[in-house]
Amino acid sequence: MNEYTIHSAKMVPLDRSNIDTDQIIPKQFLKSIKKTGFGPNLFDSWRYLDSGFPGQDNSKRQLNPEFVLNDKKYKGSEVLISKENFGCGSSREHAVWAMQDYGIKCVIAQSFADIFYNNCFKNGLLAISLSKDSIEELFRLSEKGENIHVDLINQVILDSNELEIVKFEIEDFRKNSVLEGLDEIGLSLKYSKSILGYEENIKKLTPWILK
Amino acid sequence: MPSTLYDKLWNLHEVIQREDGTHLLYIDRHLIHEVTSPQAFEGLKLAGRNPWRTSSNKATPDHNIPTTNRELGIEGITDEVSKLQVTTLDDNCKEHGIEQFDIADERQGIVHVVGPEQGITLPGMTVVCGDSHTSTHGALGALAMGIGTSEVEHVLATQCLVATKQKNMKIEVKGILPKGVYSKDLALRVIGNIGTAGATGYAIEYIGEAVESMSIEARMTVCNMAIEAGARAGMVAFDDVTLNYVKGKPYAPSGSEWDQALDLWKNLKSDEGASFDKTIEIHVSKLKPQVSWGTSPEMVIDIDSIIPEPKSNSESNALDYMGLKTGMRPQDIKLDQVFIGSCTNSRIEDLRIAAEIVKGSKVNKDLKRAIVVPGSGLVSKAAIEEGLDQVFVEAGFEWRAPGCSMCLGMNPDQLDEGDHCASTSNRNFEGRQGYKGRTHLVSPATAAAAAVAGHFVDVRDIVGS
Repeated sequence: MNEYTIHSAKMVPLDRSNIDTDQIIPKQFLKSIKKTGFGPNLFDSWRYLDSGFPGQDNSKRQLNPEFVLNDKKYKGSEVLISKENFGCGSSREHAVWAMQDYGIKCVIAQSFADIFYNNCFKNGLLAISLSKDSIEELFRLSEKGENIHVDLINQVILDSNELEIVKFEIEDFRKNSVLEGLDEIGLSLKYSKSILGYEENIKKLTPWILK
Repeated sequence: MPSTLYDKLWNLHEVIQREDGTHLLYIDRHLIHEVTSPQAFEGLKLAGRNPWRTSSNKATPDHNIPTTNRELGIEGITDEVSKLQVTTLDDNCKEHGIEQFDIADERQGIVHVVGPEQGITLPGMTVVCGDSHTSTHGALGALAMGIGTSEVEHVLATQCLVATKQKNMKIEVKGILPKGVYSKDLALRVIGNIGTAGATGYAIEYIGEAVESMSIEARMTVCNMAIEAGARAGMVAFDDVTLNYVKGKPYAPSGSEWDQALDLWKNLKSDEGASFDKTIEIHVSKLKPQVSWGTSPEMVIDIDSIIPEPKSNSESNALDYMGLKTGMRPQDIKLDQVFIGSCTNSRIEDLRIAAEIVKGSKVNKDLKRAIVVPGSGLVSKAAIEEGLDQVFVEAGFEWRAPGCSMCLGMNPDQLDEGDHCASTSNRNFEGRQGYKGRTHLVSPATAAAAAVAGHFVDVRDIVGS
């Protein structure tokens, strides 16, 4: 179960468009058969000055001081803000797992790639798209070190004085998946009869499908 | 009301609308590989669930597989972490009775090469796989989409995908591709024109004379890169070319079922007057070979033009990363490696085109390495029967065993830091082919010609003469 509101969250600004999932979590870490432990390798190639590998002691690696995630000012950020087409490229859900493992609860961008956006909600990671102007406003606030509140119930982002910055749109089924953390497979299996009925029908129409 | 191909495929597979407004879309074929499936099988186990319909699922390992020492089988994987992922796939397939073309099977290969090659993916099907390049199978007149691992588990457990309908986009390709210009060049030019988010939220149908005159393999290259324009699915209508491709494939229907299938498949095209939410036109009779210069597939130029002034932060960053400057020509980029392979361009026709260009020539002595990685064991076998492997080896290429290889370098095939690589793959993202590696996306013909020259050249000067 997730909180309805992310209170007083620090934002880390990633000022780039088209951030792809290869950057969010590089390929060498996809060899894991687990869903956990990806956090230390989030944005690995940008975050460290060397090429990482699985199973390494990351505390001994040299950090890239120029990368925003390493800026002390943004330490402990729960909201990541970025520009257009965030999460493009590979379908790797490891990108979402890595962000969550790092401590990100919400990602706000001007737009998202489809598969990444879908993957976020399957894991209860809130993804919000906003207009260019609103994103720029959030970038300004983050640089000033101001925190925000993300109120999912009322679909609004508030500043530290609890004044509205912007309202956001989100489809009800996605909102509920974050709020209630539903077992989606369980929900779909409630329609088992319909699925069986469909299969009965295609036995005649397209029998080769079922072989 | 006239329907688009996408509408028809959707309607054929819609099971029910759930109370939350989403739809359950029935999935005919689920392809599985080793990277995005272990957590899904683990999820099934934890919930005490089993696959809904075992026969729908077909698996093959591809991402981690080494392209050398294949006679050693699983022992040829020296990276223990990779080995565990591959053996986990073996174990999961065994446990659930899922058919797998394993590392020792001659049919093993890149999942998107193996599916169509076997007739495992067919016209009219819904096809999903935990891999974004699943759009490839749309070339057969199928609705094929990449999915995440949660969705892999969902499809395993329910045989359905929770889906919302995409909008319809038509990409109308006018004219015929000139000599020396290929479907890969078209795919890159489309992304260059509309951008990597240009088709987000859409299902693309590619229509027009150039597409109709393409082979299925060439159409697969185009559909493969739909995701690079943001579209989860790209597709081409069923026609005689599709029919001839599918007929006789091991898993294709035969006898009376074949006739029954044809009756259905004949209708797999957009009706006259069908309405699209967006239409993009591209004229290709003067299209030139394309080369990507940056770190996004939209950063692409004609072979005879120059690297442009950066128009954004992303483009400036890309120039820095690539070690290139505005005003340079593709000919000025000194290459270190050449990679011919990947789910975009590793089929027999790709290898024939590349072999024709390198025949009788030598790989440039300044290159560190040039490799050819066939898409599947059967592509490899066919190429060997035609003598293509010898053409490549005599020219100085390394002839490898099938897999994803250097497209993403999850196996040992990787670029060294700073290497420039002419690659027939699909993504030039930072570090994609190796830490600090620099990828240039091109057609197999351009890659082959570049291997000989040591830098990019206009392949039209070679195939035209």
